[in-house]
Amino acid sequence: MSRFTEQPSPMAQPKSFLWTRRVVLTLLLTFVLVPVYVMLSSSLKSLQDVQGSFKWIPHSLTFKPYVDIWKTIPLAHYFVNSVIVCVSATVFSVALAIFAAYGVSRYRFMGRKVFTVTVLSTQMFPGILFLLPLYLIFVNIGNSTGITLNGSRLGLIITYLTFSLPFSIWMLAGYFDSIPRDLDEAAKVDGCGPLGALFRVVVPAAVPGIVAVSVYAFMTAWGEVLFASVMTNESTRTLAVGLREYATQNDVYWNQVMAASIVVSLPVVAGFLLLQRYLVAGLTAGAVK
Amino acid sequence: MTATAPPRRAPEAGPSSGKSAAGRRLRPRIVERLRQGGLPYLLLLPAVLAELLIHIVPMFFGILISFKNLTLFYIHHWNSAPWAGFDNYKAAVKIHQPIGEALLHSFWVTLSYTLLSVALSWLLGSAAAILLQDKFRGRGLIRTLFLVPYALPAYAALITWTFMFQQDTGLVNHVLHDQLHLTSSKSFWLIGDNSFWAMVIVSVWKSWPFAFLALMAGLQNIPRELYEAAAMDGAGVWQQIRKITMPSLRPVNQVIVLVLFLWTFNDFNTPFVMFGQNPPHQADLISIHIYQSSFINWNFGSGSAMSVLLLLFLLVVTAIYLLVTSRGRSENDV
Repeated sequence: MSRFTEQPSPMAQPKSFLWTRRVVLTLLLTFVLVPVYVMLSSSLKSLQDVQGSFKWIPHSLTFKPYVDIWKTIPLAHYFVNSVIVCVSATVFSVALAIFAAYGVSRYRFMGRKVFTVTVLSTQMFPGILFLLPLYLIFVNIGNSTGITLNGSRLGLIITYLTFSLPFSIWMLAGYFDSIPRDLDEAAKVDGCGPLGALFRVVVPAAVPGIVAVSVYAFMTAWGEVLFASVMTNESTRTLAVGLREYATQNDVYWNQVMAASIVVSLPVVAGFLLLQRYLVAGLTAGAVK
Repeated sequence: MTATAPPRRAPEAGPSSGKSAAGRRLRPRIVERLRQGGLPYLLLLPAVLAELLIHIVPMFFGILISFKNLTLFYIHHWNSAPWAGFDNYKAAVKIHQPIGEALLHSFWVTLSYTLLSVALSWLLGSAAAILLQDKFRGRGLIRTLFLVPYALPAYAALITWTFMFQQDTGLVNHVLHDQLHLTSSKSFWLIGDNSFWAMVIVSVWKSWPFAFLALMAGLQNIPRELYEAAAMDGAGVWQQIRKITMPSLRPVNQVIVLVLFLWTFNDFNTPFVMFGQNPPHQADLISIHIYQSSFINWNFGSGSAMSVLLLLFLLVVTAIYLLVTSRGRSENDV
């Protein structure tokens, strides 16, 4: 897992290159940051301000939207739903990925290639293709066994854990490959079984990779809209669907929408930026291998 | 990907296996064999079960119901829904009748949207990755900021863009009309022809950091000696980018263009959050079109047939793409 190494320039750069760099990077930064600025500044404006023509500089700052968001819609409830669903999906996804990646990385067996290719390709298929049948399967499982999957958190957890699973297996298998096999062999000589070697040697050595995979799994679940819009009901609704409720009122509370967007973004953006180094290295390891 | 591991010893049946009378020893031997040879399968089992339940079984189930006349009436006992043969498919491809015509329109919208978004995302991603290749002050900060659109949950970013595109209160019209006086009146961005362009802009904003990320990693793999040698031969920065950087990025480009294409073609979030369940005609992406014909009109058979056609199209495109782009590359590149 190579981090991004700092490369000093091999030769002095001409003016044309430096100017191109300045101009292009400035334009790109503007493009990237304007929506972020709009989000932040509008979340601190009064309703009157956001209902008039847009102003770059707010007249006055108020934290009222951050108080109001919890009353306009049951945001706290949606937040709890999202946390339960996404944390569970992440934990299970990472656990399954650890076992599968260990199998793929440490053993040669029939069907290994088929497994990795099939699993990876499922991620490229249109979500809409699974959505309709999965919805029907969940409805019919509920009818015949009494296990409610449609509209329940459990159904969403199972669904979400598979979304990050393929990429997590791929990434972790790569990570495990970089851990010397001698370490597991030594553990086995000391009397550990294969699972003992996995948990005492491989997992501790792969912590950065596991962290990266966890963040990825959580981000994937936290941002999902399509399945959440169909498979949740009033009581299990997650943030991805719930946020739309500010916008379907007669009066759109844009300042509250922006404040709520910031509140729901904070956990993932903070996590991403804190663990950026692991994540960037991990996420890109596959692309260049 | 993971093909670099040294070959493993074949699982052995244990030292005592060969010598004794077969009958009594056979069972423990098989168990032993299964335990050793079966372990990797056991490790994979939970993941395989999850994938089967959520992806593989629904996919085949989807193909099955695309041949059924499955409407709301049959939703709780799908197997009693009447068979429709190829009717759902025929309806989907009859381009002179309402269903087929709407689907074809949606297909063209999606294709234009995807090609524009992928091309622009790739362009921005490459420019940023190449310009950030060398060390300079502020480089780390800029790199972090560029990744913000990637880190933000899609719907939060999309809602913000929707706000910016509002006709009366949005930033876009404020800049174009009030500040730059480019338009004679404040235009509508979320309905009519503009909605397509609004969607493309938002899509590029969301996708280009991924291209940037992957390309940045690809640049790490170019040996520095290449640049040093080129510099000694008198090649300038621009020439180095053209002659060394761009060709070396070919394998990464091949992957990210395909991944971006598939993601964008299947994009549901962007139109759904920006326009709700009824996107404007000009922004009727295929995912939301199928969603609508399934969950709004409650015709699952027809929706599934469209999904299967979409899958077939993507498979064919992927196969052709890989064939064409892999031609002329040495095998160990892949």
